[in-house]
Amino acid sequence: MSQRQIIQVFEQYQKSRMQFVQTVADLASRPINIEILQNAGVMSMLRPLLLDVVPSIQQTAALALGRLADHSDDLAEAVVKEDILPQLVQSLVSQNRFYKKAAAFVLRAVAKHSPELAQAVVACGGVGALVLCLEEFDPGVKEAATWALGYIARHNAMLSQSVVDAGAVPLLVLCLLEPEIALKRIAASTLSDICKHTPELAQTVVDTGAIAHLAQMILNPDAKLKRQVFSALSQISKHSVSLAEMVIEAEIFPAALASLRDQDEYVRKNVATLMREVVKHSPELSQLIINYGALSGVIDYVNDCRGNLRLPGIMMLGYVAAHSETLAMAVIISKGVPQLGLCLAEESEHHIKAATVWSIGQIGHHTPEHAKAVATAHLLPKLLEFYMDASSSEDLQAKSKKALKSILQKCTHVPGLEPLLYDAPSNILKHVVCQFSKVLPHDSKARRLFVTSGGLKKVQEIEAEPGSALQEHINAINGCFPEELVRYYTPGYSEALLERLDNYQSA
Amino acid sequence: DMVELLKIGSEITEFPKELFYRNRFEDTRQRENQVATQIQSWFRACKVRAYLSHLHKKAIIIQKIWRGFTARARVRQMVKAAYFIMKMNFYEEMAVRIQRRWRGFFQRKYIHNFYARKSYLEGVAIKNILVRRKLDKLNEVQKRERDCRAMVKEQEGKVYQAQRLHHLMSTKQCPGVFNSPFRQAPHEMELLLRQVKYQVPTRLAPRGRVRPQGTPSPTNSRTCCSREPGEVWEQQVQCPDLMLSLQTSYTYLEEAQNQLQQQETVRVRTETHTVCTHNDTPTHKIMLQKSYHIH
Repeated sequence: MSQRQIIQVFEQYQKSRMQFVQTVADLASRPINIEILQNAGVMSMLRPLLLDVVPSIQQTAALALGRLADHSDDLAEAVVKEDILPQLVQSLVSQNRFYKKAAAFVLRAVAKHSPELAQAVVACGGVGALVLCLEEFDPGVKEAATWALGYIARHNAMLSQSVVDAGAVPLLVLCLLEPEIALKRIAASTLSDICKHTPELAQTVVDTGAIAHLAQMILNPDAKLKRQVFSALSQISKHSVSLAEMVIEAEIFPAALASLRDQDEYVRKNVATLMREVVKHSPELSQLIINYGALSGVIDYVNDCRGNLRLPGIMMLGYVAAHSETLAMAVIISKGVPQLGLCLAEESEHHIKAATVWSIGQIGHHTPEHAKAVATAHLLPKLLEFYMDASSSEDLQAKSKKALKSILQKCTHVPGLEPLLYDAPSNILKHVVCQFSKVLPHDSKARRLFVTSGGLKKVQEIEAEPGSALQEHINAINGCFPEELVRYYTPGYSEALLERLDNYQSA
Repeated sequence: DMVELLKIGSEITEFPKELFYRNRFEDTRQRENQVATQIQSWFRACKVRAYLSHLHKKAIIIQKIWRGFTARARVRQMVKAAYFIMKMNFYEEMAVRIQRRWRGFFQRKYIHNFYARKSYLEGVAIKNILVRRKLDKLNEVQKRERDCRAMVKEQEGKVYQAQRLHHLMSTKQCPGVFNSPFRQAPHEMELLLRQVKYQVPTRLAPRGRVRPQGTPSPTNSRTCCSREPGEVWEQQVQCPDLMLSLQTSYTYLEEAQNQLQQQETVRVRTETHTVCTHNDTPTHKIMLQKSYHIH
């Protein structure tokens, strides 16, 4: 055979390898084909191709492998089991940028499924190799490496610690400064994933000066970038007062309020989350945020969106009101209470309702003024309904009971208390009656109202054990009214009168 | 002597009388002794009693004077103490009055300042309104921007369509689709077609399959020039770096060309070409240029 023919054989083989790898990569991009590929044993086929002579076959094989591992858990585990990872990591250091991108893609696809797989990636030195990739010039490589590190750090604190220990954080902060938007997004998202686990990790990130850079990016028009930036800031600030103060000192606040009206709903949600995490820590921080006019923004936000997106806004209102009565009054003035009532009526999920109920409790429990504001919005019967409803979750029941009790102990608004006389169980009833016994002795108009609206009648119908607190309160109430009135309303009075009639002998 | 004898004789006669006289109290001696002792003891007792009462009286005088002295001293002390306590009570009451006023003032001014709270809450309400207005304005501006951009995009789309549909423009002979004779005025598309200048459409990039970066499209390089079947293969094997993009030094092109030419000359000596030699170097150059696609 001539040289030409021999070389033709090699060429054909290379061509067919190339075609195989490219086809597999194309097929792997559609999820339907992956099972079939898996059953055909694609993993063991691809493994030797990773070590191929021709670099483009290596790259395509790595790309195909990445797509397969991305799709499902078992394939990712198969990648780990076949010991492909150490090869990848070694070649990650030496090869060219396309290979690095594809290899980083594989590592990311493996690490994303579960902490054990991410641990496997870390164990074969993947983190160090990825950090080396971060020092490359090509932004595509940096993006792939950052994404992989983000998925590794996402699972738990230990993995994040290993990422930080490899010295990734200063490089990530440098990535934030790059001009490519995709790289900024991924870097912000990775920083957010690292910070979310423990205060020490957040402190490490803050020490490299990340906050200033994140704060600058708030004004960027790209919506996805803003999502990640706000998420990162909220993860940093959630751990402690000093971190929250550092975030506030970066002067994000008046600018962040504009993002509350952004088109993208997740940007809005993340801004609300950031505000909630900051406000949680201390009254001074809450006051600072309120002074920027955040309350109106948050209330409009809660008004506009639906479902789970409302949750950070509702919780923020609750945390603000919880700190002091002035702040609770500020929430009431900004028309927070009717808004929360709307949320209660519109939402169907129990955890959102529970959060709303908790917030209402925090607002109402400070002074009679606050309780009156809650009562005039007709929220007390709704709270009672949630407590009594057997189908509400335990969390919802417990929270509504607590909120109801704490508001009732301060409520002196008689029209608000009256509806509760009718359906309440005895443990709630005793608080209601106790409040009546406090208010009625002093206010004659309230007494008149109480009688005409049938409240006195209802009180007489309540059965209470003699000597219990409930009976004492009932006696106190009865003491405010003349005896004939009390007798008139006692149940069975009409029968007693008829008996007297029977026994009466006309003179 | 007589005298002496008389004396002795009288003595003898007197002797029993004397003896009797001298011992006349013998029987009452005991009793009289007792009585005398009693009398004496009583007298001594009287003396002692008188002495004792004298002492007693003097002692009482001394004690009286002493007790008076100490009592007066104590009373003086008590008066001083009572005076002191009265003074202290007075001072304390005055101090309480001062503290009460001060604490009320301080609390009302700095800690629970009612007016500050009122103005703060009013301020919050005003700030809320201002912020809402600002945000609304911002929203409007952004919406306008977005609408503007959408409109521009739409217009660009229409212009692109008009460019592609140039052939549908109406001519003198035949009215186009958009210029039906039943319409009062031509359709906007027709006007657009008339306005837009015709441009030769550029060919769109063919959407191929996944192509790993760094290889030239295999079919092109094969067909555009006739080369030996094994040539490309040999090149790939001998200098695999050639087929990748983005080399580091800018003289790499020349170096690679030199390398290839050297191998060429080596092969020319061993084989005979069928391709005309004068076409070699230009096609090589085109080949090399084609393989340096930077994506």
